[in-house]
Amino acid sequence: MSHHHHDHDHHHDHHHDHDHGSELGPMDLRVRALESILVEKGYVDPAAIDAIVETYETRVGPRNGARVVAKAWADPAYRDWLKRDATAAIASLDFVGRQGEHMVAVENTPDEHNMVVCTLCSCYPWPVLGLPPVWYKSAPYRSRAVIDPRGVLAEFGVTLPETTRIRVWDSTAEVRYLVIPMRPEGTEGWPEEALADLVTRDSMIGTGLALDPAQVAGRGGAS
Amino acid sequence: MNGPQDMGGMHGFGPIEIEAEEPWFHANWERRALGVTLAMGATGMWNIDMSRHARESIPPAEYYASSYYAIWTKGVERLVTRLGLVSEAELKAGAALEPPAPVKRVLKAGDVTATLRRGGPTERPAEHPARFAVGDAVVTRVMNPSSHTRLPRYARGKRGVVEMVHGVHVFPDTNAHGLGEEPQWLYQVRFSGRELWGEEADATLVVGIDAWESYLEPA
Repeated sequence: MSHHHHDHDHHHDHHHDHDHGSELGPMDLRVRALESILVEKGYVDPAAIDAIVETYETRVGPRNGARVVAKAWADPAYRDWLKRDATAAIASLDFVGRQGEHMVAVENTPDEHNMVVCTLCSCYPWPVLGLPPVWYKSAPYRSRAVIDPRGVLAEFGVTLPETTRIRVWDSTAEVRYLVIPMRPEGTEGWPEEALADLVTRDSMIGTGLALDPAQVAGRGGAS
Repeated sequence: MNGPQDMGGMHGFGPIEIEAEEPWFHANWERRALGVTLAMGATGMWNIDMSRHARESIPPAEYYASSYYAIWTKGVERLVTRLGLVSEAELKAGAALEPPAPVKRVLKAGDVTATLRRGGPTERPAEHPARFAVGDAVVTRVMNPSSHTRLPRYARGKRGVVEMVHGVHVFPDTNAHGLGEEPQWLYQVRFSGRELWGEEADATLVVGIDAWESYLEPA
């Protein structure tokens, strides 16, 4: 599958890209036409579209999920609640709504590694992780996650012991799964805010692991 | 339907293209496609299962050649034309040519936050007890409807075990076709990798799907 966004590589350095008249591609024109018809007919309010985009571009993202995981690492009572009733435990941090209406948290252990996919579309827990990355919605990931998860993990640079069981969750209904990665060693007594910096998006999908404290120290504060 | 969306277990799509520091959107039209899709969903003229069915009804060659937001855009185009909200001629012209049809609601900017926070819960009250319990052995039905279903091909006719009982949820197979919510008990069912893929499969692999009660029989 070839990804359209290769056409847009020149935008990556300034992805707040603007529509340059000379660069409008077929999809720019197609979506612009659709939106203008829908607006003209009064079905959609362009300001509502702006507000939707602003929400998912600025207010929702994997920092939310990282806060959930960090709290679960730091607070055993919260961890138990999260494992028992993830929807309520996550809502207590005010992460609620579309594509996170029914949440289940699954915990990685040395014996079992969890990985989440939606083979049928792109189901993903938006309130805690934001919009899914392109690879999550792509044919290579959707086709292989259920049949060759170790091969998938290898492409993400993750190699697990052969004895670790791999548990794949195919999101075929409206239940959304959040992986609780294993807490890295050497983080005893860390405050939740510092722990949250170790929790990557991929570690909560199950295609990555939580960062080692040394990795964060070396990243110069990038998040 | 055995459409292009049902990819689990397919070969040949190549390596995963992982993009470091991926932006939320790769072009401005993707922002508008997301917004248009959610705003039109909020009109109440269709449900999420109809949306999914519209997308999977894109012919396979076109589906696989389309990026995800392009698939979403084409899904909206299919729904608005099928429901008579927009005509083919209007899509071609890129402008409204006919008077609008009535819609149930129009999402206003000031209601966006509340609407997104409310989402679309699919759990419904139970009207009868669940047929299966955690630990029950089940087998998934063999079926190949040309209509919408959420039972992937790789998990049909397979023996598994009920791992979770999720409550009663809207049934997509009817809801996608305007045939009502027909809520059913929903279960997390796990299968061994070898049950799904044969003896060559990773012996440590377990795959689970969420399966509605009518997808299952006792094993």
